Amino acid sequence: MTAKSILTAAELDGIAALISHYPTARAACIDSLKLVQEKRRYIADDVLAEIAHLLGMSVAELDEVATFYNLIYRQPVGETVILLCDSVTCWMMGRNQVAADISKRLAIKDGETTADGKYTMLPIVCLGHCDHAPAMLMGKTLVGNVDAAQLDRLLPEARA
Amino acid sequence: MKRPLTKNIIVNQMPFDLVAYERAGGYQTVRQSLGKIDPDAVLAAVVDSGLGGCGGGGFPTGRKWQAMPSVATRPGPRYFIVNADEMEPGTFKDRLLLEGDPHQLIEGIILSAYAVQANHAYVFIRGEYHRAIALMEQAIGEAEAAGLLGDNILGSGFNLIIHVHGGAGRYICGEETALLNSLEGRRAIPRSKPPLPMISGLFGAPTIVNNVETICNIPHIVANGAEWFRSLGRNGAAGTKIFGVSGRVNRPGTYELPMGTPMREMIEEHAGGMKPGYALRALLPGGASTGFMLENDLDTPMSFAAFAAKGNRLGTGTAIILDDKTCPVGFIANLQHFFAQESCGWCAPCRDGLPWVEQTLKSIEAGEGKLEDLDLLTEMTDTLAPGRTFCALAPGAMASLTTGLAYFRDEFERHIRDGECPWT
Ligand SMILES: Cc1cc2nc3c(=O)[nH]c(=O)nc-3n(C[C@H](O)[C@H](O)[C@H](O)COP(=O)(O)O)c2cc1C
Ligand code: SF4
Ligand code: FES
Repeated sequence: MTAKSILTAAELDGIAALISHYPTARAACIDSLKLVQEKRRYIADDVLAEIAHLLGMSVAELDEVATFYNLIYRQPVGETVILLCDSVTCWMMGRNQVAADISKRLAIKDGETTADGKYTMLPIVCLGHCDHAPAMLMGKTLVGNVDAAQLDRLLPEARA
Repeated sequence: MKRPLTKNIIVNQMPFDLVAYERAGGYQTVRQSLGKIDPDAVLAAVVDSGLGGCGGGGFPTGRKWQAMPSVATRPGPRYFIVNADEMEPGTFKDRLLLEGDPHQLIEGIILSAYAVQANHAYVFIRGEYHRAIALMEQAIGEAEAAGLLGDNILGSGFNLIIHVHGGAGRYICGEETALLNSLEGRRAIPRSKPPLPMISGLFGAPTIVNNVETICNIPHIVANGAEWFRSLGRNGAAGTKIFGVSGRVNRPGTYELPMGTPMREMIEEHAGGMKPGYALRALLPGGASTGFMLENDLDTPMSFAAFAAKGNRLGTGTAIILDDKTCPVGFIANLQHFFAQESCGWCAPCRDGLPWVEQTLKSIEAGEGKLEDLDLLTEMTDTLAPGRTFCALAPGAMASLTTGLAYFRDEFERHIRDGECPWT
């Protein structure tokens, strides 16, 4: 790439390595979006355009993919995304109460980010932790049996 | 009781690394099979075992593999894919296998790929399973370093690479043809069948897609034989399966039990029955896409055939308990919210029908329902019946609605009549 690349050398190398796992460059597009999102937290328009170019896709083709998948963020999110399960067992075991509790502690609703940019809260489908419902992902950490005491521990700066 | 699938798994501990796994007898089948016995012999053992697909359908695995054209008739790339998308609400069995014993899955992939002569394998793991992805990648690295993967594995002349593909969300990725589109870097929208993936799958090449648990069975079948595998089951079924329960039972969790174990035995003996103060109202036997089952049916053996005979599906075998203090209308509304949200939008009946179902249920929940709404919902179960939509997502959504309307008619009518929920 030329000097005006937005992506870092590490990101460019990472994408090249991902492409090597598939017979077509395009097949690496979801992996590439995830790789770039890892540090940047979300996929801005100019970043999307550069990845599309690298993979030989049109911007529209890549955006079509990016907007389909809920774990690709096309808007800024907080440092830590809290994904609280809203599927059936967690619903039954009190996830709505937990959601209200988190909302109150962080003063945000679903889809919002705290003013300090630390947390974004979103609902998610079943996390495969139903035997420890209610469950959530905090960043990459799976947490089960979420209750007020767990939240005190996980969100110490925002005690209820 | 034998539990081959979970014998190495100790909950809340790191899985066996390569050394520990081999010490426990792991990879012996690979050492004894590759280049020493004919791939067709491995395939034959799987056919004879009676193993059924654990992704929810129970389709005979051996027969699926036999449907792939031979290398002679179709030279060129062939793919073997493990479906680890596990997003069916109430299902938490594949995560146990991925995190608990990744080398078991790798051993299964090597044998399966050898049987169908595929040299490329992908493990499609849902993006939220961060720990599973990391542990699988680590185990694949160990196996590569030991010459169990790569070119000319153990001098057998057989090559295999496995790549872990982490998903980026969306339940529909679990539908096998939508999964193929996702792996090709497209929106996860199902493809028309035929052609089946065995004929034209990933990048147009012959492709097998199997569930994680299905493939974890393969090393045990190859090691001990089809006869042994069949003998593990009860009530005419073969092998063991990871069953599970969530909801208000004393010990929610996963249980590896003989296929064909009666549902009642799992709930009452293994899961310790209902929590004090709660009674069982009904249950979904195997995830959100299965139909409700009532207490008087609990003696049904947990096998694909026994559930099909009852007009229901065993699904993923992880049951969700609906207790007497949880509102059935709210429970069903939650399920329909999931399906409406996860519809891929490709075909109109599902894309437009499911949100309509969801809204109707929400209005009944909110006390704004009318009795005619129940007729509308019944009509929708017909509009979205099997064969009327492009894939099985919408018919799966209708399973709990159809049975729910039949079993909980009184509760629905009471909601509409009283304009409020008696349970909240
Ligand atoms: C909407 C939908 C979601 C599915 N999700 C999964 C899944 O997460 N994991 C899975 O193994 N199979 C899933 N399936 C079934 C697959 O399409 C396919 O039948 C299965 O992976 C085949 O493997 P098996 O024969 O080993 O069961 C899903 C099917 C549908 C219609
Ligand atoms: S039934 Fe639903 S999920 Fe399946 S193809 Fe149609 S719109 Fe997509
Ligand atoms: S329903 Fe919430 S983790 Fe499964």
